[in-house]
Amino acid sequence: MEQLKTIGRELAMGSQGGGWTGQSKEFLDLVKSIGEARSKAEEDRIILREIESLRRRIAEPDVPRRRMKEYIIRLVYAEMLGHDASFGYIHAVKMTHDDSLSLKRTGYLAVTLFLSDDHDLIILIVNTIQKDLRSDNYLIVCAALTAACKLINEETIPAVLPQVVDLLAHPKEAVRKKAVMALHRFYQRSPASVSHLISNFRKRLCDNDPGVMGATLCPLFDLITADVNSYKDLVISFVSILKQVAERRLPKAYDYHQMAAPFIQIKLLKILALLGSGDKQASGHIYNVLGDIFRKCESSSNIGNAVLYECICCVSSIYPNAKLLDAAAESTSKLIKINPDVAEEHQLAVIDCLEDPDDTLKRKTFELLYKMTKSTNVEVIVDRMIDYMISINDNHYKTEIASRCVELAEQFAPSNQWFIQTMNKVFEHAGDLVNVRVAHNLMRLIAEGFGEDDEGADSQLRSSAVNSYLRILGEPKLPSLFLQVICWVLGEYGTADGKYSASYIIGKLCDVTEAHLCNDTVKAYAISAIMKICAFEIAAGRKVEMLPECQSLIDELSASHSTDLQQRAYELQALLCLHSQAVESVIPLDASCEDIEVDRNLSFLDSFVQQSIEKGARPYIPEIERSGMFSVSNYTSQHQHETSSHTLRFEAYELPKPSPTPAAPQISVSTRTTDLVPVPETTYYTENNQASKLQPVLDASSADHGIKLHLVGVQKKWGRPTYSASSSTTSSSEKKTNGVTHLDGVSLQSQGTLYDSKGQQSEKQKLAASLFGASAGKTEKKPTSTQRAPKANTATAERPGVARAVSPEISKQKAASSPPPDLLDLGEPISTTTPTIDPFEQLEGLIGPTPGPSTLDNSVTTSEQKAPDLMALYTDTPPSSSSSISSGLGDLHSADKNSPMAKNVPSIKKGPNPQDSLQKDATARHVGVTPTGNNPNLFRDLLG
Amino acid sequence: MIRAVIVMNTQGKPRLLKFYEFQPPEKQQELTRSVFAVLSGRPDNVSNFVEADAIFGPVIFSSLLFVSFVAEITKKKKQEEFKEGTRLVYKHLATLYFVFVFDSCENELAMLDLIQVLVETLDRCFKNVCELDIVFNFNKIYNNQMKTTVFMYVELGSSYVQMHTILDEIIFGGQVLETSSERVLKAVEEISRLEKSSSSVSFVPKSVSGRFGR
Repeated sequence: MEQLKTIGRELAMGSQGGGWTGQSKEFLDLVKSIGEARSKAEEDRIILREIESLRRRIAEPDVPRRRMKEYIIRLVYAEMLGHDASFGYIHAVKMTHDDSLSLKRTGYLAVTLFLSDDHDLIILIVNTIQKDLRSDNYLIVCAALTAACKLINEETIPAVLPQVVDLLAHPKEAVRKKAVMALHRFYQRSPASVSHLISNFRKRLCDNDPGVMGATLCPLFDLITADVNSYKDLVISFVSILKQVAERRLPKAYDYHQMAAPFIQIKLLKILALLGSGDKQASGHIYNVLGDIFRKCESSSNIGNAVLYECICCVSSIYPNAKLLDAAAESTSKLIKINPDVAEEHQLAVIDCLEDPDDTLKRKTFELLYKMTKSTNVEVIVDRMIDYMISINDNHYKTEIASRCVELAEQFAPSNQWFIQTMNKVFEHAGDLVNVRVAHNLMRLIAEGFGEDDEGADSQLRSSAVNSYLRILGEPKLPSLFLQVICWVLGEYGTADGKYSASYIIGKLCDVTEAHLCNDTVKAYAISAIMKICAFEIAAGRKVEMLPECQSLIDELSASHSTDLQQRAYELQALLCLHSQAVESVIPLDASCEDIEVDRNLSFLDSFVQQSIEKGARPYIPEIERSGMFSVSNYTSQHQHETSSHTLRFEAYELPKPSPTPAAPQISVSTRTTDLVPVPETTYYTENNQASKLQPVLDASSADHGIKLHLVGVQKKWGRPTYSASSSTTSSSEKKTNGVTHLDGVSLQSQGTLYDSKGQQSEKQKLAASLFGASAGKTEKKPTSTQRAPKANTATAERPGVARAVSPEISKQKAASSPPPDLLDLGEPISTTTPTIDPFEQLEGLIGPTPGPSTLDNSVTTSEQKAPDLMALYTDTPPSSSSSISSGLGDLHSADKNSPMAKNVPSIKKGPNPQDSLQKDATARHVGVTPTGNNPNLFRDLLG
Repeated sequence: MIRAVIVMNTQGKPRLLKFYEFQPPEKQQELTRSVFAVLSGRPDNVSNFVEADAIFGPVIFSSLLFVSFVAEITKKKKQEEFKEGTRLVYKHLATLYFVFVFDSCENELAMLDLIQVLVETLDRCFKNVCELDIVFNFNKIYNNQMKTTVFMYVELGSSYVQMHTILDEIIFGGQVLETSSERVLKAVEEISRLEKSSSSVSFVPKSVSGRFGR
């Protein structure tokens, strides 16, 4: 019954749309039989038969036109079913010439379906199209436009172009609309041939008919995609159109599912997204209307979601606006609220990707994970990453993954325990690929704990770290960086909880040095750690039993080629001879995080200086003067030096001759007397600047140092081959780092290996990072890293975070300085100056006059390098470490003259409390370092 | 842009093919078959969007390569095609698949609704969307009502042409031309009216044409 009804309707419609009536019985039979065909083969047979008969009939002369029309439709039908109907093409072309609208349209339909735009028959149609475009009947024009759109190729565009352009002003909107589209099509085919007509699109945008306007958006979208900038002026128009659309100003006919012209909205949003991307001004116009649409959008219907989706795309591509982004995020999250499974599915997909054998996929997945890490999932993700890191061999990628692990762990670590375990894993498997800074951070973390008041938790953390390290030490092969960390931690906290005896730890440390014979850095760490443990033992009033292997280690190191190791060994020996009170102040227990404050001006030494001068000591000669002789080799620096010296000093100083040797001992004595204090100061600064580059000025001069040092060839003298290699680099940035390294290596031997290795490592890392953009992620996340601030910055708010990492070293330094020092102390002051160097200044220096500090530094270094012969020079005019820092103070220079002899003890502060520092100072004096002119003797005694 | 509109039944028989980039008949068949292969394998509860790069991507233009003098243009286009993700969206209505193939410049959801616009327009034109199905699958009707088959066939022939007409009003050269089904319908009616009047002048007795003209 139902079907009868529909058939009845069908009948009614058939009579209503009767334009197509009159097909022959054959056609009906054909369609029927095809509809009934049970298989493809049967259908093919029918069609082939049909085609045969058509081929015969269509070639007959005088086929009635209506019959021909039917034949053509049958051909189209046959071709749709996949059979060749090319024999009939020519008849379809002929049919386009027909005057009757119906036949013409059928003809056009057939040719557009049959022919490609490069078919031979096209040439026969072009003329017809030309004629029809000028027709009075707009339907003929429309049909011709449709055909033109499909059939006109690059070569024939000029033939119809003028007519099409004229049609843009046709009174019928259907024609205008199609003309716009045809022009767009021509543009797609050959942008060059219609490029002069593009302004027409702009005009049509203002068409009265919304249909034409909507059609114009298509070509404009393409044009804007190709060239955004020339259409910025249209932003306002688009926005106002969109506004009108959203406010339902368009005819009701455009409403679709209660949405106002959604298709036009979508197109406009797409265009606005293009125009607004990266353009703050343009985006500013868009915000309002976007907000409106967001509000009006209802996600109940499909099309509403389409508009919403386009809105979100638009918001995300234009210049960001917090409010809109919020709205976008909210509507996106709605999707997940509707069906959480949607998100889950993707999560599973991610997990699948992780297990995929395809490496690229895995890497991409890790990138994704890295971006979506939160404190809740950090453990899983980092575990995964580490597993993956262990499994790959590609060092570069390993580095990247390692640094990401570290970064994530630092940011999101749920507990310190976990952090340490994670770091252990990272170090164990990619130790040498990890940035040195990471190692220092780890040390810092262990030293500081969470920065909370809970000391118990901190000590628990430390003992667990010690435990894990002692366990790990059993592994046959460990990266040296990790060993350094282990040594440091064992030294600092190995005996802290009383679980392990000092001798056990020392034994372990000795094993480390034995297992890593060729690594001086590790050895240095190990011996420093031993020294600390001994110091703690002594301070605690216990007798330190020197293990035989430890003794042999000390003996071996005191004869080492490395002056650094040598010095450390001597320091250790000296320390063992001191009595407990002295030791305690030299190496206080767990003092690695204490602050040290330094009086850079050394003003308290003034009286001492005065005294010395009265006793006939030579007055201080500033570095500028001294450097004059030494920096000859480097033309540029020489030049710099001259200019800068002019700017700084107007009266020439006499060039000092190397002074008599007797002075040499004096220096060392002085340093010795000064005791620990000066050293920490220097280290502190070096580290500070090196790492944080806070004082740009400092860096440049270090770079200069680097060059100079290299040229003078100091390295050989000092027997550290590493430096010479690195110094050969020329690029300014590299120079900078090298400079630092050099200085560390050459002049800072007492503090030594720690820094130079660090410098080199970080240089490598930096290179890697800059090459591969590994650090890119870091910057983004910077803000979040502050979350962990309590650990890093609580106590250190006033100084750069990096300094803290260094602070552990300081204690070591203190230790180092106390035993009979030597020439090396000279180096340390320099080190302080070195950091004062700035790459920019260095560059400037190459071009023109350099500011004072850098030259000062130069002179210092150069002289430093010559230290062996020049010792005399310095006897009176000892390292002017502080002078360079506080350069500019006139009286400084005189003060510095005597600084070496003077107790260099700039008041060191432990903690912010000035009283502490005073106390320190006092203890230092008390410990037996009374600065006097007689110090030389002391020194001799010691050496003797 | 929209690259193709395919209407086929659930047995994979094409009912209407419209490619906005020229495809030789064999290629059209091949594409239709591969689209059908994709669609027939999809259960009802999955999304209506399918990545179709494998079907329509580079393949499409390799078929054009045989024409040497357009090789240049083809190459250019080919490069464009490579970077654009071709997708297809389909709607399954009764025994018919309506498939739109389009590139990344179009909003997928909007395309889905454009199908809806097309279907609605056809629906209005043929009075009932179920009839669409009937129009194409005349088997049932033929079996049930021998008498009316004639008209059904007539309708098939005319509906085929009319469907093209409607489609041409909605999509023009691969771009969405008109999205209001009301206006499409108006345009189509006007075309058929004028066609009728012009053809009736030439073929139909005056009395009849007068009746139709009204």
